[in-house]
Amino acid sequence: MTPLLAVRNISKSYGSIIGCADVSFDLYPGEVMGVVGESGSGKSTLLSCLAGHLEADAGEVIFDTRVDGPKDTLKMSEPERRMLGRTDWAFVHQSARDGLRMGVSAGGNVGERLMAVGARHYGDIRAKAIDWLGRVEISETRVDDRPTTFSGGMQQRLQIARNLVTGPRLVFMDEPTGGLDVSVQARLLDLLRGLVRDMNLSAIIVTHDLAVVRLLADRLMVMKDGHVVETGLTDQVLDDPQHAYTQLLVSSVLQV
Amino acid sequence: MNDYNFAYLDEQTKRMIRRAILKGLAIPGYQVPFASREMPMPYGWGTGGVQISAATLTPEDTFKVIDQGADDTTNAVSIRQFFEKTAEVETTTTTSEATVIQTRHRIPEEPLTEDQILVYQVPIPEPLRFLEPRETETRKMHALEEYGLMHVKLYEDISQHGHIATSYAYPVRIEGRYVMDPSPIPKFDNPKMEMAAIQLFGAGREQRIYALPPYTSVVSLDFDDHPFDPSKAPHCCALCGAEDSYLDEVIVDDEGGRMFVCSDTDYCERRRAAGHRGAALAEDAA
Repeated sequence: MTPLLAVRNISKSYGSIIGCADVSFDLYPGEVMGVVGESGSGKSTLLSCLAGHLEADAGEVIFDTRVDGPKDTLKMSEPERRMLGRTDWAFVHQSARDGLRMGVSAGGNVGERLMAVGARHYGDIRAKAIDWLGRVEISETRVDDRPTTFSGGMQQRLQIARNLVTGPRLVFMDEPTGGLDVSVQARLLDLLRGLVRDMNLSAIIVTHDLAVVRLLADRLMVMKDGHVVETGLTDQVLDDPQHAYTQLLVSSVLQV
Repeated sequence: MNDYNFAYLDEQTKRMIRRAILKGLAIPGYQVPFASREMPMPYGWGTGGVQISAATLTPEDTFKVIDQGADDTTNAVSIRQFFEKTAEVETTTTTSEATVIQTRHRIPEEPLTEDQILVYQVPIPEPLRFLEPRETETRKMHALEEYGLMHVKLYEDISQHGHIATSYAYPVRIEGRYVMDPSPIPKFDNPKMEMAAIQLFGAGREQRIYALPPYTSVVSLDFDDHPFDPSKAPHCCALCGAEDSYLDEVIVDDEGGRMFVCSDTDYCERRRAAGHRGAALAEDAA
């Protein structure tokens, strides 16, 4: 089986400071991979490099494109990469404000990606937007409201709808549940788990919340100071951590 | 000879502007940056248009200025006088006699010919400005033809008003490539932009020039199920009876009385001179 995404030796440094160094992994279709680590461990840098938001210093990110098969996205031309960014890829930001257009209605936010890939029938676009709002548990009556009138959890769900409407195959998520209270987090995680299973999505989830990866991720990668210190199946890593830092991380979780 | 260089601007500046115009004509709809000069008028009063007119005029030209279709408003009169003084060119209010027409917010009703140049005053040349505030990003979007966002605006219109409520500065796509702001002309005028005359657009404050060569394809953006509609007030002109011209609504008394008249004053006068009479004048005669 060809991996959907093959990452080879990705490195990124900010001057003398290491962002992430020599990261390699494979992601197969339908697989969810978690990346955990403390603040400053390079997980967000890694995600930005993979999604093309940051230019990596070295390495390859080989994505299995629909038309041309495996291709190094870092060597793609910018139009090609941006096209990928609106079709096969999706990026869920930590803060919904970064991923949404706050001055545009919920329906317009969901419809934007459709229009960006050429949809020109208002009725169809709107029907699809309403369908997706329903899937992320936002009432149809809110379709013409701006996201500024939404709660934090709703904004995050709207962002997810906006990203998934074009049926991407790979989703990058940067702390999707950050800043939400626990009950809202739980519902969002439930929703994400359902969507990932139903749409057979592959995802890379960056988070510092071990509970999130426990629920969502099949595989786990632990990062510290820009390096990957441990990888493995999620349960295996969390239940039997081998590296000293992973042990520290797992034991630091508050037991309620 | 007077104390000004011909048409106010110095020759180097005019040359720089002509270069920008030529580049604009070579890439229809592309916004060419240019070193906009300070003009003896405030930004927003047509500094971009005036600079293009200054670079375009020759001593043999006949110049016409309209503001919202009218030849007799402050803006039109002062710009006309400006070039009478600094370029000593002939001026006219008759559309067909003019070789260079500077306009604010209208296209003359009378079809223009290949011998004419239409110069638009543009306040905000970037059609994506209110959707994406970053200039770096909008330039990239133009370069990569990422125009999905433009339709988001039209989508918002329909979702809020039930139809595309944008009625002026209606975005157009040029030759299937660049999305362009046609300056704040009413959308009624959009279909006229596929014309025989050269069209030049100048934005002084924003320092951009763009242009359309004659017979360039200009398509107004729309949705399949909400097609573009170049609407106007459903009346005919109260003075000349024209049914095909763009109308201004004029309040005539304190009791809510109103009448609709052609916004193109030259067109209206010409029709009246030819004997056409609208409802208001017919009553006077009776």
